[in-house]
Amino acid sequence: MDLELLTQLTQAFGPPGYEEEIRAVIREVVTPLADSVWVDPLGSLVALKRGTGGGKKTVLAAHMDEIGVMVTYVDEKGYLRFTRMGGISPLMHIGGRVRFADGTVGVISVERREDSSKIPALEQLYIDVGASSREDAPVKVGDPAVFMRPLVAQGRRLISKTLDDRVGCYVLIETLRRLGPTPDDLYFLFSVQEEVTLSGARTSAYKIDPDMALAVDVTMTGDTPKALPMAVEMGKGPAIKVQDSGMIAHPAVRDLLIAAAERVGIPYQREILLGGSTDAAAMQLVRGGVPSGCVSIPCRYVHSPSEMVDVTDVEQTVALLSAALAPA
Amino acid sequence: MNRDALLELLYMLSNTPGTSGDEIEVRRALRPHLEGHVESLRVDAMGNLIAHKKGTGAHDLRVLLTAHMDEVGLMVVDHTGEGALKVATSGSIDARLLPGLEVRVGPQARPGVIGIKAIHRADEDENVIPVSALTVDIGAHDREEALELAPIGTRITFATTAHPLGQLVAGKAFDDRAGCAALVALLQGPPLPCDVFGVFTVQEEVGLRGARVAGYTVAPAAAFVLEGTIADDLPKEEEGSPTSEIGKGPVLTVMDRSYVADPRLVRLVIQVATAAGIPYQFKQPGIGGTDAGTIHFTREGVPAITLAIPCRYIHGPVALLDPQDLEHTVALLRASLEQLTPEVIQRP
Repeated sequence: MDLELLTQLTQAFGPPGYEEEIRAVIREVVTPLADSVWVDPLGSLVALKRGTGGGKKTVLAAHMDEIGVMVTYVDEKGYLRFTRMGGISPLMHIGGRVRFADGTVGVISVERREDSSKIPALEQLYIDVGASSREDAPVKVGDPAVFMRPLVAQGRRLISKTLDDRVGCYVLIETLRRLGPTPDDLYFLFSVQEEVTLSGARTSAYKIDPDMALAVDVTMTGDTPKALPMAVEMGKGPAIKVQDSGMIAHPAVRDLLIAAAERVGIPYQREILLGGSTDAAAMQLVRGGVPSGCVSIPCRYVHSPSEMVDVTDVEQTVALLSAALAPA
Repeated sequence: MNRDALLELLYMLSNTPGTSGDEIEVRRALRPHLEGHVESLRVDAMGNLIAHKKGTGAHDLRVLLTAHMDEVGLMVVDHTGEGALKVATSGSIDARLLPGLEVRVGPQARPGVIGIKAIHRADEDENVIPVSALTVDIGAHDREEALELAPIGTRITFATTAHPLGQLVAGKAFDDRAGCAALVALLQGPPLPCDVFGVFTVQEEVGLRGARVAGYTVAPAAAFVLEGTIADDLPKEEEGSPTSEIGKGPVLTVMDRSYVADPRLVRLVIQVATAAGIPYQFKQPGIGGTDAGTIHFTREGVPAITLAIPCRYIHGPVALLDPQDLEHTVALLRASLEQLTPEVIQRP
């Protein structure tokens, strides 16, 4: 496990629409590994590894963008109100910190409320950057920020902000590094704006016009106290998507992944995610339709600043993709 | 276009009825103001009016500019035995403001009044009357007469006639006839370095539908969406965002519910505004959606931004705007397009 790379990936700034920094990090790593690399109009990065055979095109997509917040109002005393960039819940963030593109750090806190037993609305939270007035505040309306938390490796577990979906980006990079010759042309798509509109994967898949598309993303687990029932556990291997709330995986794509896992002896889990979706939902519907599926890395506390994954799951996801794309 | 001509155009467009899917009269009203100023003018399968204005040849960027023709209103869905019309909303309208309003019904702009069946005022705190319980009275004596005068599907719009109001102007449908007026003013001006496709779109208020196919057809390198947007700038009990304020200049969208504006275009517009001394403001992020929400994801992706004229009381019978904001929006759009070069949006 290349923890240095994953640290770099998780800590790079990249809320939806503002992926320059993370794109530069990934671009530097993939450029020597690919036959060609380009950036699409909305900002998605594509690395093409040419195949040996008939020229079928397969897309592997992991999204570069991360959840964040955007300033909506700066009050007279210099406190910031904000809105969500992607799905964030107030409960996860009170007491946490955010970082703006210029390095400014803010603390998220909450107004005093009559009934503090209730979960506050996002509108009741504010960010304190230590300013003493509106004029003194170093940020303005429309500035985006991301959550802060370092990457920690503890035994076989990894804890960090933005494992969603930088661990997917990591899996794509590792797959590209290790993969020998493949029959298909492989388009490694590092997409933008997944957390808000799926627009990056949608438009890049349109351009590529692929024969098959796979998203590589995190998924939730059912293995925490009183979790919603879900038959995916952290540490039990990659999850092969059956369906989620935005997509039903093409059965042939799903079975291709299952067959590959069984052939090389990788443990896997069948995934049904009731709330949430991935870039595959958008890629499936471009042009005349694309057979699509998804490989997920089981992840606890998705969309919190401290997401948790298992190292073995990550490594086996790389092995599963390699087996599926380069059949021996 | 001078201020008098611009306001005359705005008044005319504001007074024209055109709910979603029924924009024909707006389209018809726009045509004579575009002919002679653009190379071609055509209507697509959805009803979008597409005007192509060739550039000076300085570079070959194709730029899409849109403003939507449709306005919020009502539609006849049934008739009562007494000859009143049952209605549904077309686009989002606050049901609280409807009872008692004067409206215009159908292509003949037949006068009507929104009444309420079985009115009782015993309880001042009575809940909001849902639109489904409202009826529109057109003076018909019975169901047959109502059916003949206003069959199911008949469009209903607010009866407002636009007029000056102090330093401001008042009218219905400024969302988005203000944007339409700004787009006409731009297209009537001299050619720009880029190839411009000015599209007056349909069905924005019911799901950004016209813009979606316009984006596909034009396949532009960038898109600028013109809007009339929310100004919630009256005094508030608690300090908070006004979303936008009238008189403070064009409103830039950074992000709304439908998309994230391209940061490079946001930077360009800010630079241009600053250099030209045009005031501007940011729209409260995360609020509302515009045609950019469906344009940006067409084909290989389109960098997009929204410039809006701040309007008070949109989606109601009377909205207010400041003519200076309208003029500044036209000026800022033109100046931005003059500075939009391939380098601004290229992806090395």
